[in-house]
Amino acid sequence: MRIQLQVALTHLTGRTRQTFVSLTGVILGVAFFLAVSSLMRGSEKDFIKRLIDNSPHITVYDEYRLPRTQPAELRWAGGAIRISNVKPQTETRGIRGYREKLEFVESMPGLKVAPVLVGSAVLVFAGREESVTLSGVVPDKMKTVSTLEEKMIEGSIDALAANPNGIVVGTGLAQKFNLGLGRNVNVVAANGASRPMKVVGIFRTGNANYDETQTFTLLKRAQVMFDRPNRVNRLIIQLDDPYEARDAAQRIEAVAGYKSVSWIEASEDILSVLIVRNIIMYSVVSAILIVASFGIYNTLSTIVMEKTRDIAILKSIGFHARDVRLIFLLEGVIIGVVGSVFGLVLGAGLMKLLSTIEFRPPGITEKVQMPIWWGPEQFAIATAFALVSCILAAYLPARRAGRVHPVEILRGAA
Amino acid sequence: MTAVLRAEHLGRTLAGEVPVTLVEDINLDIERGEFVCIMGPSGSGKSSLLYLLGLLDVPTSGRVWLDGEDTSAYGETELANRRLEKLGFVFQFHFLLAEFSVLDNVALPMRRLGKHGDAAIRSRGMELLARLGVAEQSAKHPHQLSGGQRQRVAIARALANDPLVVLADEPTGNLDSVSSATVRQILHDLAHQMGKTVVAVTHDAAFASAADRRIGLVDGKINADWRPA
Repeated sequence: MRIQLQVALTHLTGRTRQTFVSLTGVILGVAFFLAVSSLMRGSEKDFIKRLIDNSPHITVYDEYRLPRTQPAELRWAGGAIRISNVKPQTETRGIRGYREKLEFVESMPGLKVAPVLVGSAVLVFAGREESVTLSGVVPDKMKTVSTLEEKMIEGSIDALAANPNGIVVGTGLAQKFNLGLGRNVNVVAANGASRPMKVVGIFRTGNANYDETQTFTLLKRAQVMFDRPNRVNRLIIQLDDPYEARDAAQRIEAVAGYKSVSWIEASEDILSVLIVRNIIMYSVVSAILIVASFGIYNTLSTIVMEKTRDIAILKSIGFHARDVRLIFLLEGVIIGVVGSVFGLVLGAGLMKLLSTIEFRPPGITEKVQMPIWWGPEQFAIATAFALVSCILAAYLPARRAGRVHPVEILRGAA
Repeated sequence: MTAVLRAEHLGRTLAGEVPVTLVEDINLDIERGEFVCIMGPSGSGKSSLLYLLGLLDVPTSGRVWLDGEDTSAYGETELANRRLEKLGFVFQFHFLLAEFSVLDNVALPMRRLGKHGDAAIRSRGMELLARLGVAEQSAKHPHQLSGGQRQRVAIARALANDPLVVLADEPTGNLDSVSSATVRQILHDLAHQMGKTVVAVTHDAAFASAADRRIGLVDGKINADWRPA
């Protein structure tokens, strides 16, 4: 192996300029591969993070995925039972015995949970009416599962605990009604219950619809308003690792019986779009390396042609076809390894540069940074792809070199 | 069987629209320590015969025995191993690797064989170069050497793995008379002092005169009556 390596190195160092050009191709290919893919993966992660942050990882609803199994079906499982015209029992809507379910979910490791009672209400202020979603929350628990507290621009969620008649609204609604902190609005529930409430907080998420329609109050207040004492209709769950949401949701659903939807299930369509986007991105950045591998092919083919006499000599000495192939494959590997090392350094530099860029898209008030993902995976993929394309590029010239017949060359030279 | 190299009805035909016969029905026994010259006019098949004897080419008929082994059943890899271990080649053009130093060129077959460590390879390489009188050139590259010196380095390389047989294809064809005489003497000594078998193709009558035996080759067949013009 060492003698083959020495011959390979000699070939490469003997043709500095061509080697340099091939190497540059690989370096640029790896660097762009790395920079572009880490930017794309970064934006994907950023997107998913927004998706995850702005919605619960898991929501347990007060619904069932399938109609409930009737007692007769349980008693005679597999029997020929037909039950028709089943009418669900009239009961107070909501998650039954939510405290036990809450306790069970809280006992699971790596997650936080908050009970919520969501209902429709109409906000009445200065003769105007606006229908909104009113969520009754427990401020201490809500803060652990939602980013709402970070989005507050005035007041806080905690103020709800201090003021049982408090309400938190979004900026959209506040602007529409010209509301400010401390102003009173009338809130009318669907059953006609009406109560004046004081604005104790204003939030801004950046999502116009959310900011116009979502309002929050204390859970107890909402239970009274909606006349559903001791009931909630949502459990909102936040996981330490959002990617475990699917499994956790299944476990919770199995025990609680209620429909538990993970963010992954809720955004399947968007996630599949991201996968397609990744495939497109990887094929485009791979093209750079494929072009670079043509450079390597070209260089090695030239070396094989120029060195046929040397190859014939090596073979006459007793080198195997395998040795000769190895020499040229090694040349490809050397270019690949050296190119990858420099390419990764250059790519990391590009990533660093990109991550410092700040810009303000038109119509957006906040500055946006390029979302670069520094995952080691990207470095590994770029290196692996560069090495594979270098070896493939070296394979054809290497095979040709291995097939050189010494007698034909010696006869031609003599 | 005492012959170190033996040809049995050896023939080589190039396939094609018009098949070309290079050599035909060659029968030959070469003893250990013998210095044999193959002579003949241009195109008589001398080099082709040498390539067949040196296991570089594969005969289309007949067989070559090397050191008591029938080589006709061997594949490319086994033939390459025999070349590495038992044969050494010297060509008309020195055929040294231009990018390698003189010592590295001589070390090449030993490093491929991998029987010795680096230090042993270096010392044996220097010893061979010294025996051939080119030790002081060891660090130079082939293009810095004269034709005679290069050919001596090529002989040193052929001897690197202590072969049984040294095959030389017009070893003096490209040299002046003084260098030719030196190379001739070296090959002669190889056979008579070191016990190597030397088979050389030449059309240099002076060179052939140093050989123990001269084999005439005309139109690919051995012709005992052939004498150099």
